[in-house]
Amino acid sequence: MTSIAKPLIEKHLKKNDLGLTVRDYEGGMSTLCAGCGHDSVTAALVQAFYELSVEPHRAAKVSGIGCSSKTTAYFLGQSHGINTVHGRMPSVATGAAAANGELHYIGVSGDGDSLSIGLGQFCHAIRRNVNMLYIVENNGVYGLTKGQFSAAADLGSKAKKGEENPLSPIDPVQMALTLGATFVARGFSGDKKQLVPLIKAAINHKGFALLDVISPCVTFNDHPGSTRSYAHTYEFYHPAVHTDYIQPSKEIVADYEAGSSMNVEQHDGSIISLRKIDEDYDPRDRGRALEFLTQAGARKEVVTGLLYLDEEKSDMHALNNMPKEPLNTMAYEKLTPGSTALDELQKSFC
Amino acid sequence: MNVVAEAIVGSRINDFVMKIANVNGTGSASANGLLMKTVFRMGVPVVGKNLFPSNIQGLPTWYEIRVTKDNYQARTGSVDLMVAMNQATYAQDLAKTSPGGFFIYDSTWPRPELLSREDVNVVGVPLAQLCNEHFSVARIRILMKNMAYVGVVAALIDLDMDVIHELVREMFGSKANLIDGNMKAIQIGYDYVKDNYACPLPLKVETADLTDGYIMIDGNQAAGLGCVYAGATVGAWYPITPSTSLMDGFKTYCDKYRVDPETGENNFCIIQAEDELASIGMVVGAAWNGARAFTPTSGPGISLMSEFIGFAYYAEVPIVLFNVQRTGPSTGLPTRTQQSDLLLCAYASHGDTKHILLFPADPNECFTSAVEAFELAEGFQTPVIVVSDIDIGMNDWMVPKLEWDDNWKPNRGKVLSPADLEKMDNFYRYFDSDGDGVPYRTLPGESAKGSYFTRGSGHDEFGYYTENADKYIKVLDRLTLKLENAAKVVPGPILTKAAEDTKLGIIAIGSSHGPTLEALDRLADDDIHLDYLRIRAFPFSPEVDEFLATHDRVFVVDQNRDAQLRTLLVNETIGKKKQLRKLLWYSGKVADCHFIIDGVKADLKEGDE
Repeated sequence: MTSIAKPLIEKHLKKNDLGLTVRDYEGGMSTLCAGCGHDSVTAALVQAFYELSVEPHRAAKVSGIGCSSKTTAYFLGQSHGINTVHGRMPSVATGAAAANGELHYIGVSGDGDSLSIGLGQFCHAIRRNVNMLYIVENNGVYGLTKGQFSAAADLGSKAKKGEENPLSPIDPVQMALTLGATFVARGFSGDKKQLVPLIKAAINHKGFALLDVISPCVTFNDHPGSTRSYAHTYEFYHPAVHTDYIQPSKEIVADYEAGSSMNVEQHDGSIISLRKIDEDYDPRDRGRALEFLTQAGARKEVVTGLLYLDEEKSDMHALNNMPKEPLNTMAYEKLTPGSTALDELQKSFC
Repeated sequence: MNVVAEAIVGSRINDFVMKIANVNGTGSASANGLLMKTVFRMGVPVVGKNLFPSNIQGLPTWYEIRVTKDNYQARTGSVDLMVAMNQATYAQDLAKTSPGGFFIYDSTWPRPELLSREDVNVVGVPLAQLCNEHFSVARIRILMKNMAYVGVVAALIDLDMDVIHELVREMFGSKANLIDGNMKAIQIGYDYVKDNYACPLPLKVETADLTDGYIMIDGNQAAGLGCVYAGATVGAWYPITPSTSLMDGFKTYCDKYRVDPETGENNFCIIQAEDELASIGMVVGAAWNGARAFTPTSGPGISLMSEFIGFAYYAEVPIVLFNVQRTGPSTGLPTRTQQSDLLLCAYASHGDTKHILLFPADPNECFTSAVEAFELAEGFQTPVIVVSDIDIGMNDWMVPKLEWDDNWKPNRGKVLSPADLEKMDNFYRYFDSDGDGVPYRTLPGESAKGSYFTRGSGHDEFGYYTENADKYIKVLDRLTLKLENAAKVVPGPILTKAAEDTKLGIIAIGSSHGPTLEALDRLADDDIHLDYLRIRAFPFSPEVDEFLATHDRVFVVDQNRDAQLRTLLVNETIGKKKQLRKLLWYSGKVADCHFIIDGVKADLKEGDE
């Protein structure tokens, strides 16, 4: 993927708990088109990690192929990153998490990468509840190959040259809900205020956190008739749940009306504060969440927010009964049975 | 004995072949295993080959046991004692029985047509009738019929009943009723034959001491065990015949040896993936993250994994694969053996790629190859494929006992620790600072200074994206150097010199080793002498060129139609097409020595004319 170094700009930047500035969480210069929604997601990721005071090298970035997958080079330049093959980021993230469960894994994918070529891996990573943040930067088109519809394109949405998409879309949010995902959210690249707390909550969720971000493609899918344009998204934008993320050590500042917010504690002691905007909505009820999304979809609403959350389900590590100590650096003495055991075992082979 | 034809000339003590024909899914595996293990425990070398269908129940299956005092490892191609337990294959089983041989069948239903061959001794035993008289449940009767033929064979070839009893006790442990039931069935068969026929036959087993220091094990189990000893912690796989039992083995031994005694937690992670695209992706992710990770598969899996194999080659991720080859192309014959993935494995993936391959020749070498594979993968930061096949992977072989040196420690290759990084001005992932083609890597999560971006797209020696021709070529040429250096340290070929000086040579790999050794003995009997080079790895060691330089005519044993090993030799050594003669076997059946003997003789005759 293309990247160039960013120019250094001296500024009096604020520092986080680790004494790091936002710049310490940035990466290479983006080579995406000016105005690309993906760059806003990148900025939100930088902000979220900065605010969480995560040591940059304790995160690892994984991606596949496509415009979205390029962005892992544009944030967390002090983290390891791996840009894999098309549609296979979930398996690489799964293997990486198996080797060391103590890092923050951020998978960045797109609607082509996750919903067409990589749909199988996307589904199975959800089923395994791999502990990771999985972002789908969803723009409804293939950008690098010049604007073909993706599997996420809405029925009837128009391509740049006017042709209508004749096929039904695959909605990653609804899929994730039916597959048993434990953290399902949707954001919009144009709403950083909503996106940053969603990312922070997702990073600290113990399990698979899906964040589908509507991220318009300014070059191939930002025209009238497209349901993934900035204009269309703003018009039908419908935040269902307002989400705030409160770090474990921070004091909870109650700036919500009493009674309207719901606090959910995460495994690390942090708190996700959810404030319902829609009366009917309950983000702890999978069935209701699906029903709500189906009905809102019929009204063409782009429902956003933390739409479903389950902090109780076991993640991949727990399901495999794995230790906290990473396997990748475990001492060989703990791994080898030794010669005596081999001699003993071979008695049964005689 | 009430049926005697012109029996096999002389007695055949500890040197004959018996074959059991049965129906898949009737539970005959334990009976056949019992027969083989009894011979082994009586101190007589033995070879077992299972010929089974891709089916759960109903199709014919055969199990061949060679009793071989000379410790040959191949099939002979003939059958001296046929235990015909499948009426559907009576005719072909009778036809396959050697002249002067013996044919045992279930005479509950008389089959006069089986007397059609006057040169075969037919031994009828009313097994079904005997089992029906002694056992009441239908399923038990079927299972016990298998044990009853163990008794029949035991009486005919003079197996030690005490050994059989001991093995049955080991098989069923504390389940006394199962031990008694099975022993009863064995005794029924044994007694019937003793009462009705002159025992033993001229084919018989006599106690010896030729199996001390040996074990019986299949290659997949040994490879799985090898992965445990190698320190592998992450295994990802998708079920595919015939590699499934490799991961079963790894799991069995991890459950036994890798569960923390205090916490009960697993110091390993095994993931059954959704397909081979995912299993190899998981291995890449885990290996990139510093774990020793592997996947067992077979040919179709390698096809699917090829994209990631190329990624791991170019991004330099140390992954280990096991390809337990089966018969291709396409789905092919999934339960039959071949060596037909050699070219696929050597150059798997698009673009210029080349991979390290190891060719174990028996289960003992599957164990050592597993360990070696991880050392090479991490040493050279590249994929390593252990290439075995069904014959090695799924048949029980008598091999020297596995050895382990407790002083051994894994060499994780060039991995920089945070302390190492502190001493450096800069870290660049793909910079060849040692000039040996192998750069240094770092593990995610350890140090910001060591962070780098791994990519399958064009990159320069500093790890940055590039489309610059010179920078791209520099990295690609370093990968060539790396593989050239690997050729110098992979397990070298083993040279077996002929009894006399000769300009004739023969080259073989993997499971062709057994048939080749036996063929060389038979050819030597006819005063034809060949030096033998068994290749154990690819890229080929320098010794292969030396061998080719000193032999005018070199036979290449290939268990595939297209002479793939020969093609690799033509492509990668000084060997010339004309110099390298094809010896081909690709029926899917486990090879015997005859195609080698016949092929060499035919070629030499042609050459003389």
